[in-house]
Amino acid sequence: MLAFIIRRIGQSILVLLVVGLVAFSMFNFVGDPIDNMLGQERTAEDIARLREQLGLDQNFFVQYFRFLQEAIQGNFGVSYRQGRPVTDILLERAPATLELAAVSGVLAIVFGIALGVFTAIRRNGVWANVIMSASLIGVSLPTFLIGILLIYVFSVELGWLPSFGRGDVVEIGGWKTGFLSESGLKALILPSITLGLYQMTLIMRLVRSEMLEVLRQDYIRFARARGLKDRAVNFHHALKNTMVPVITVIGLQLGAIIAFAIITETVFQWPGVGLLFINAIQFVDIPVMAAYLMLISVMFVGINLLVDILYFFIDPRLRADRSGGH
Amino acid sequence: MTDTPIAPPPKSRFRLALESDVFYTFRRSPVAVVSALVVLVLVLSSVLAPWIAPTNPFDPASLNLMNGFTPPMEPNAFTGDTFLLGTDDQGRDVFSTILYGMRISLFVGVAAVTFAMILGITLGLISGYVGGWLETIIMRTADVQLTFPSILVAMLIFGIAKGVTPVEYRDQMAIWVLIFAIGLSDWVQFARVVRGATLVEKNKEYVQAARLIGRKPGAIMLRHILPNVLSPVLVIATISLALAIIAEATLSFLGVGAPPTQPSLGTLIRIGQGFLFSGEWWILFFPACTLLALALSVNLLGDWLRDALNPRLR
Repeated sequence: MLAFIIRRIGQSILVLLVVGLVAFSMFNFVGDPIDNMLGQERTAEDIARLREQLGLDQNFFVQYFRFLQEAIQGNFGVSYRQGRPVTDILLERAPATLELAAVSGVLAIVFGIALGVFTAIRRNGVWANVIMSASLIGVSLPTFLIGILLIYVFSVELGWLPSFGRGDVVEIGGWKTGFLSESGLKALILPSITLGLYQMTLIMRLVRSEMLEVLRQDYIRFARARGLKDRAVNFHHALKNTMVPVITVIGLQLGAIIAFAIITETVFQWPGVGLLFINAIQFVDIPVMAAYLMLISVMFVGINLLVDILYFFIDPRLRADRSGGH
Repeated sequence: MTDTPIAPPPKSRFRLALESDVFYTFRRSPVAVVSALVVLVLVLSSVLAPWIAPTNPFDPASLNLMNGFTPPMEPNAFTGDTFLLGTDDQGRDVFSTILYGMRISLFVGVAAVTFAMILGITLGLISGYVGGWLETIIMRTADVQLTFPSILVAMLIFGIAKGVTPVEYRDQMAIWVLIFAIGLSDWVQFARVVRGATLVEKNKEYVQAARLIGRKPGAIMLRHILPNVLSPVLVIATISLALAIIAEATLSFLGVGAPPTQPSLGTLIRIGQGFLFSGEWWILFFPACTLLALALSVNLLGDWLRDALNPRLR
């Protein structure tokens, strides 16, 4: 088990180094930052000074080493567009994205599992069928259309909820939260539904199919024969045994939520990291793109690693089988 | 008079296709027939857009600003012109822009999937047949790329490629960059499936026979193995097409895809979103419906194809 974990950690570090190389190459080969930062009226002297200031006059390896060193300390240079340190901008924007992702993640997990169990137990019921058909739409509608649809119904037609922004935020020790004001909470509703809906349908369909599989097993029949209550059989015996694949998918979807937040944030003009990234692509703001790439890679690789390790604690069978890795 | 057995006349390819299992399951599945019809109509109307569209939305001479914001099927208050699906802010006929936009969406989707398919098949064949360190590198890269959602990979590639192209060519190159980005984000599926199938096929007798008579590895891969691994590739290609169309629309909607000079369906939805609050719903509604119809019917067709080509499910 330990050998497996160490190997996985080694692989993760290797992936991060490669991503780091990609991010660093972006600095080197994509566009000329000098072009981006200085306007039309620039002198050769300006260019030389900025070049030295940004360290662009040194050779490749020195720059790569310096880049890694700085990146580990959380320093990704200065945004070409805003002229401020990228780390500052990211930290300022992170709470918005994290709050949005957390709310939609919780929504997706709670409703996804609940509806999945419901549709599996009442397999032939009318409501289960309605939910299953509705989930097909949830899977095939592109995220941005769901967002627009919600805006149209709840903001334009009904006028109940705001269609853009975060509402009022309260600052607690540098973390600007939208949880503490009425307008902040209202502003969260539509974006978090938009972001969570796809993940919810995914989790729901997975839980349903896993539950149907498990409910057919002998031990479920025995549990019923022993006279256990439906609730105990469904939740303690059946649901528990569906959890391994479900947790994998939930883990991987957490990363996807952060990535898909880019789309939701653009639709709702949510001032988070995703909107920052889209703007960075539009204006070819390489430091911001590179920093976002590194940040999201650390997140993805970390989540993958965590999910793999979690397996051992959830499913004792794996501890015997996979102790040497695979 | 002796009875000479009469051999039945050889059947034409068309006749064989009509009598095949696949066509039989196709006829028996209403969903497949309807979605195939929808796809056919949409593809034909976008290919024939220059002849079908009432106006050319990219010809400034044919536009009349007075026609702006005409609701669908109602005569304009100033000019009295009527438009099937209304007009946008510049007086462009929405129906025509949809036809031209769908053309770009379909072109980008098909080209991106073709690119992904060629890349994936090549890398999959090589890593399956040749193996060794080449296989390790290719499949590890695939694993790493699979960890990230493909839309994110496409965005990133688009951003980098945009940075590499000189500013004056960016708008012209945007479509090609888009194809490259979506294609490169999508090759992994093809490579994995082709590699898996190649590993199975390469130990079969016909491949050994081909090797014995001295055919070169390249010829064995292309002429002998490839035709036998194509059917799962076809299924993935259809489903990938639906995903590529949605990916393209998403990127264009986010403003990192097709430029306003060559609007795809996603760009049209982006433009239409701006008029949602002022009540001009048709500028957004019709492109969105077209995108949905296109993506959904291609998707359903892919689902059907997967079941039809997989004998175990029948």
